Amino acid sequence: MEDIIRIVKEFILDKFLPGEDPAALTPSTQLMSSGILDSLATLDLVSFLEERFKIELEARETDVSRMGTLNDIAQLVQPKLPAGK
Amino acid sequence: MTVVGTLHALLGESARRFPDRTAVEEPGGRTITYRTLDALTDRVRDRLAHLGVQSGDRVGVYIPKSIDSVASIFGILKTGAAYVPVDPEAPPARCAYTLNNCSVKAILTTAKLESALRAELALLEASPALLVLPHDTPDFPLAAMLSAEDTREAAPASATVYPSSDSLAYILYTSGSTGKPKGVMLSHLAGTSYVHWCSEVFSPSENDTFSSHAPFHFDLSILDIYVPIKHGARLVLIGEALGKEPLALAQVIAEQRISVWYSVPSILNFLATYGKLERYDFSALRYVLFAGEVFPVPQFRAVKALLPHPRYVNLFGPTETNVCTFYEVPATLDPDRTAPFPIGHCCSHLRCRVVDTDGSVVTPGEEGELLVSGAGIMDGYWNMPDRNAEIFDIDPDGTRWYHTGDLVVADEQDGFIFHGRRDRMVKRRGYRIELGEIEAGLATHPSVREVAVIAVADPHAGTRIKAFLSAHNGEKLSLIQLKQFSMDKLPKYMVPDTFAFIDGLPRTSTDKIDYQALKAQA
Repeated sequence: MEDIIRIVKEFILDKFLPGEDPAALTPSTQLMSSGILDSLATLDLVSFLEERFKIELEARETDVSRMGTLNDIAQLVQPKLPAGK
Repeated sequence: MTVVGTLHALLGESARRFPDRTAVEEPGGRTITYRTLDALTDRVRDRLAHLGVQSGDRVGVYIPKSIDSVASIFGILKTGAAYVPVDPEAPPARCAYTLNNCSVKAILTTAKLESALRAELALLEASPALLVLPHDTPDFPLAAMLSAEDTREAAPASATVYPSSDSLAYILYTSGSTGKPKGVMLSHLAGTSYVHWCSEVFSPSENDTFSSHAPFHFDLSILDIYVPIKHGARLVLIGEALGKEPLALAQVIAEQRISVWYSVPSILNFLATYGKLERYDFSALRYVLFAGEVFPVPQFRAVKALLPHPRYVNLFGPTETNVCTFYEVPATLDPDRTAPFPIGHCCSHLRCRVVDTDGSVVTPGEEGELLVSGAGIMDGYWNMPDRNAEIFDIDPDGTRWYHTGDLVVADEQDGFIFHGRRDRMVKRRGYRIELGEIEAGLATHPSVREVAVIAVADPHAGTRIKAFLSAHNGEKLSLIQLKQFSMDKLPKYMVPDTFAFIDGLPRTSTDKIDYQALKAQA
């Protein structure tokens, strides 16, 4: 879980919040309602998750209730990983 | 068929001709026939008339896109009043400002939006009547609300009002450079003349299925709503959430057998990039219409490679004229073409001319500002007499010419070529943004001393908004906090992509903000 959070956090900071203090982005920071991720950014994030973790996300998994925070994303991604990772 | 000069007459006529055909459908949800829609809108009319709404009034529609919002619109028109559609996704304070600005007599809204709206209206000391659609009802929420109101106090049947065609039909609020949205006033004639032009060009029939992707406060919605209704066709509503989900959206377009698609180019690009279009059969699609922003040719090619069959038409025009010029992309595209498509020739219900800064018509081939006159242009901005005096040129015979602010060059073969804007209005994912409105919003942040906002073209993301800020005491503000602050103050599409902190904004010799210098830094 922590690995997923760290990897996704790095991606978001690098891509959408260049220059932000990493401590300001916590596992429970709201990503969508706060404006950090807009709809296009969310699609970029989905593509990143699919490629980086070699998983498939369905359309209904990519809304605010499933991807609203780093914690949510980790919980979405974790069960899809091949066993043992 | 007699062409009656009001928008709601189009529904009445189709309800007589096609009573049992589906008028509107929510994907995965409800559908409604022409007969039932007509009857439901009569009930809205009666309820509003009972509240005292009449010709000359305005009524707000603050409801997520649904059969209920379509029915609300027609119900309002049937009282003779004008409707004011407001973005359910925008900050409530902005919505309340908009509704109060044109002093709506009533607002149709939902239980979910009601409390924030009431709080904001109270701050403005405004008290329009609120008709609140419940949630969690097995019935249409609108029908449930009407029945509940009827139980309290019956609304006597009233007659549908057909005001003269120059009467106000709707007000669409667009971004304003001073920080407040401005209301573009459109008459029934402006709407119907455009709808009839669409009939002429796209030859729709009752066998067509239209998409409604754009929100109703956006001018693309006029084609989306009224063209299918006029022809007895089926209108498939794409709500706010579905519109942002390319995978689900692609499936809906295919399964609903959409035949006329209309959206901003960025959505088509979303679909081509993320929608896995190769999975589906789009053979029903006969037209792809796009408007609202420049369609980069490489992106267009990517869309066309995945959807090769339909005809592609670029519709161009500001909300003030709806669509004023159009260009059909040739079936075979020059493989070397990189220049954006022309905006094309003037629509037949309008007249266009290109003038220089003195207002004299330029010789063909010279750049100038596009002016438009005719049935389709707006009456003016709501309650902005000074702005209205500037924005129209009036010929000796009384013809009003609207200054679009668009710089164009006329080409004999292709029509007009778009060269840019005279002002600081930009398009981002099809949304029209006055950069000044973003600056005004950010300037209210207590730590912000100065702010300037620019738009930068990005080949992947289209237009990106960059804000330059200097803070009191030179402190550096948190980006996350600034994004959150922007979300609370501005519609989502105006939230800057990036924020940069500088000690002071560059100035020109006349002490104006030097935007060119900022663009050079971006």
